[in-house]
Amino acid sequence: MSKTKFSVIGKPLRKVDAMGKCTGETRYANDLELPRMCYAKLLRSPHPHARIHGIRTEKALQLEGVYGVITGADLPVKFGIMPSTEDEEALAVEKVRHVGDPVAAVAAATEAIAERALQLIEVDYELLKPILSIEEALAATEESERIHSWNRRANIQKAVSFEFGDVEQGFNQAEEVFEDTFFYQGNTHLAMEQHCAIGQYGPGDKITIWSSTQTPHYLHKAMSKVLGMPMSRIRVIATPSGGGFGGKSDPFSHEMCAVKLAMITGRPVKFNLTREEAFYTHRGRHPVKMWIKTGIKKDGTLQAMHFRSFLDGGGYSSYGLASVHYTGTLQTVAYKLPAYKFEGVRVFTNKPACGPKRGHGTPQPRFALEIHLDKIAEKLGMDPVDLRLKQLTEPNTVTVNGLKISSNGLKECIEKVVARSEWKKKYRQLPYGRGLGFAASAYISGAGLPIYWNKMPHSGVQIRLDRGGGITVFCGSSDIGQGSDSILVYAVAEEFGVNPAEVRVVTGDTDLTPVDLGSYSSRVTVMTGNAAIQACGKLKKLLLEAAGETLEVPVDDLEMVDGQVRSRSYPKKAMSFVACVESAEAKFGTLGATGSYTPPPHTLKYKGSGVGPTPAYTFTTSVVELQCDPDTGEIKIDKIWIAHDCGRAFNPLLMEGQTEGSVYMALGEALMEEQVFRKNGLHKIPSMLDYKSPTALETPEIETILVETNDPEGPYGAKEAGQGPLLPVVPAVANALYDAIGVRIDEIPITPDKVLRALEGRYKGVSVPTFDFPPPVKWQPGEGVAVAQKS
Amino acid sequence: MKQILRLRVNGDTQEVATEVNKTLLEVLREDMGLTGTKHGCEVGECGTCTVLIDGEPVLSCLVLGVEAQNSEIVTVEGLKERNKPHPLQVAFADLGAAQCGYCTPGVLLTAKAFLENNPHPSRAEIREALAGNLCRCTGYTKILEAVEMVAKGEAIR
Repeated sequence: MSKTKFSVIGKPLRKVDAMGKCTGETRYANDLELPRMCYAKLLRSPHPHARIHGIRTEKALQLEGVYGVITGADLPVKFGIMPSTEDEEALAVEKVRHVGDPVAAVAAATEAIAERALQLIEVDYELLKPILSIEEALAATEESERIHSWNRRANIQKAVSFEFGDVEQGFNQAEEVFEDTFFYQGNTHLAMEQHCAIGQYGPGDKITIWSSTQTPHYLHKAMSKVLGMPMSRIRVIATPSGGGFGGKSDPFSHEMCAVKLAMITGRPVKFNLTREEAFYTHRGRHPVKMWIKTGIKKDGTLQAMHFRSFLDGGGYSSYGLASVHYTGTLQTVAYKLPAYKFEGVRVFTNKPACGPKRGHGTPQPRFALEIHLDKIAEKLGMDPVDLRLKQLTEPNTVTVNGLKISSNGLKECIEKVVARSEWKKKYRQLPYGRGLGFAASAYISGAGLPIYWNKMPHSGVQIRLDRGGGITVFCGSSDIGQGSDSILVYAVAEEFGVNPAEVRVVTGDTDLTPVDLGSYSSRVTVMTGNAAIQACGKLKKLLLEAAGETLEVPVDDLEMVDGQVRSRSYPKKAMSFVACVESAEAKFGTLGATGSYTPPPHTLKYKGSGVGPTPAYTFTTSVVELQCDPDTGEIKIDKIWIAHDCGRAFNPLLMEGQTEGSVYMALGEALMEEQVFRKNGLHKIPSMLDYKSPTALETPEIETILVETNDPEGPYGAKEAGQGPLLPVVPAVANALYDAIGVRIDEIPITPDKVLRALEGRYKGVSVPTFDFPPPVKWQPGEGVAVAQKS
Repeated sequence: MKQILRLRVNGDTQEVATEVNKTLLEVLREDMGLTGTKHGCEVGECGTCTVLIDGEPVLSCLVLGVEAQNSEIVTVEGLKERNKPHPLQVAFADLGAAQCGYCTPGVLLTAKAFLENNPHPSRAEIREALAGNLCRCTGYTKILEAVEMVAKGEAIR
């Protein structure tokens, strides 16, 4: 079935929307203007934690040019991305839980009037003690200190505990046991486009929302719940996105308010968040404290690992339920671990909610694991690469926590970066101040399970053939710049043997397109690609049957290439794609077909096993070469080599682009980016100048190596490239710093002040809190039974 | 109070009635329909809203519309000539230098002005020239390659 010779796949083609983005023709959400549109702003809490006793909006409503004011009472239904932890309100009803929490919304003739109106709204706050750190949250166990009331234990959003294999025996068999602690600071997405949404009510009792969302389907569901309107009355249009990285994956206050205000005012309502508001909207990387203990043989074979993570979740659950699992579950995918214990806890704090950022929950444990292994290698007197090579997972194996690995190019990825970077010549051999660091990682190509439990497909594609030969592909996916629209076009052009320019794509519009779950968890290429191929298959059957009849050639001798349907044996027996479509339409009627994709069935039975499985894992390795000035502590990255097992380079240009972008984002996290708050809950640096991110000057040369393993589940063998390549870079920087100047910084960002403190012997490392984790879910490899978990 | 501004944008002189306290960014986007110019921060930190004023890259969020009268303004919509894409636009599209595309207009205009002053730059000089334009998607690599390709290939008019 699967093709081996391609005319479109594997070619470095332009993205289908590339030129529109270079001419300014692409219309992002804030580029849309509608007749009679008004502009809205949110009144946000100035306090990190407070009870609301009253809100008076009369004065604001009386201001000339104000069309509508709403408060929590107008939108009281709770929502949230995960069905079991819906703890958000469009506007705070009873409490505010972080500075910036929305309290009221105003729609007015202009943004300036709306802002003036906000100042006329009076809110009576009773200030509550804010909780601003993991330690404070764990200590605040009194009922009176709760941030939320729904969760079982005060300020614990979720605590999990697992034991896979025989951990005790593993540590007993170990000849050496090593322990380390780490801290991964939080950081934010900083997409260049601020969040924007436009709500419209009517004509008729219908709602339309245009939004810069990454997940139009989940927004559709949340909006239906909050507004109490059936999904059939709501249309969500995901506009071309000016960057997501996970930051536009939650349903948001401003989206709910845009629609509610449109219903009240009878006008379209636009919210365009300011940059400062985007920092407070957040949903970015969790700050995570980690403790890791590993038992190992003297020859370097891993025997057992015990890993604990403490996640600072911020004020709401968001994706937290998944985030906490992700800090543990993928630790087993790169290296063979015979026994593994994982305990994780996500706490509430009075800061903007954390959520999914590129790599969702996995960069933090990867950081810990890869530095930990680097340290162990040194203590065992081994090359850190050799230590890894001793225990790589292999293709077609199952991990100790039951995750099924299909294709696996980790070994080749290691060999490639080691050779290209001249690791063996340089590691431990560069002069003082210069160093080389290595790390490896694994990631998912899409979550195996949807966010809300259902048995329906994760991705749907519909294809319509026009009698002029036009092909239109409809899919609910949303292109956030990664090129998901292009992937659909490439797959369809490949299947029909036509030029990609003949294919139109319509995406992210719940009125027009079948459901796709959205641009998250690196799922889009695998899932929409497979759905598109399936839809094409159904149409090809009709097309070939009609062509076979016309050409008098048996169907299995026909191929679709170069815009033609032709006989393989007698290539002169051919007809154009257009003529073929005409004859098929004459024979079968109007031509259209759907395709869908559902990941392989979930067979693991233990509670909590839903996070981790995927259609296909990707593997990445990185070598970082850097210089550190011991007088200033300043780090300059010279070069980064990165090898990524992407299954198949669907479009190498796009795969490289995703890899380079991931490396860049990782460097920002490693060296400078941090989402940090003052004692009064205010963001310390909510601006693009103060929130340091790498510019073209700080981003080094990146050498990308794509490794192809042709995964059986991926479309044409392809896997993800959008997130996995971020993972190894952050620990590789820390490991390279150690090679350069002999000091370990076990936390990020690795800033000059920390480096200097370490050089002066004043860097104290990371302290990790204690916590009474629930009894573990125990599972033995191969078993279907699990001990029920209490918490 | 609105005032009539006479602005010369992309070779056309137009009159717009607008508030005098509006930034050039706002006038372009809201009063002239030129939404190709994007906003990333509106306080001069990200480079996204870059336009050319008399050939120089300028952050349009830091200039008032009234100040830009009597100047030659070029926005991304003015990069094409007789509907033929500028070599930078072609190179950016071909090399995948635009991912989400939001920073692209500002980067293109900065690069155009830079190459006109320095037609044969080193990569280090390109990095320096583009250091004021933040991009969160590409890791800058393909942007640098695209600018280099134009510098080495077609001459910029």
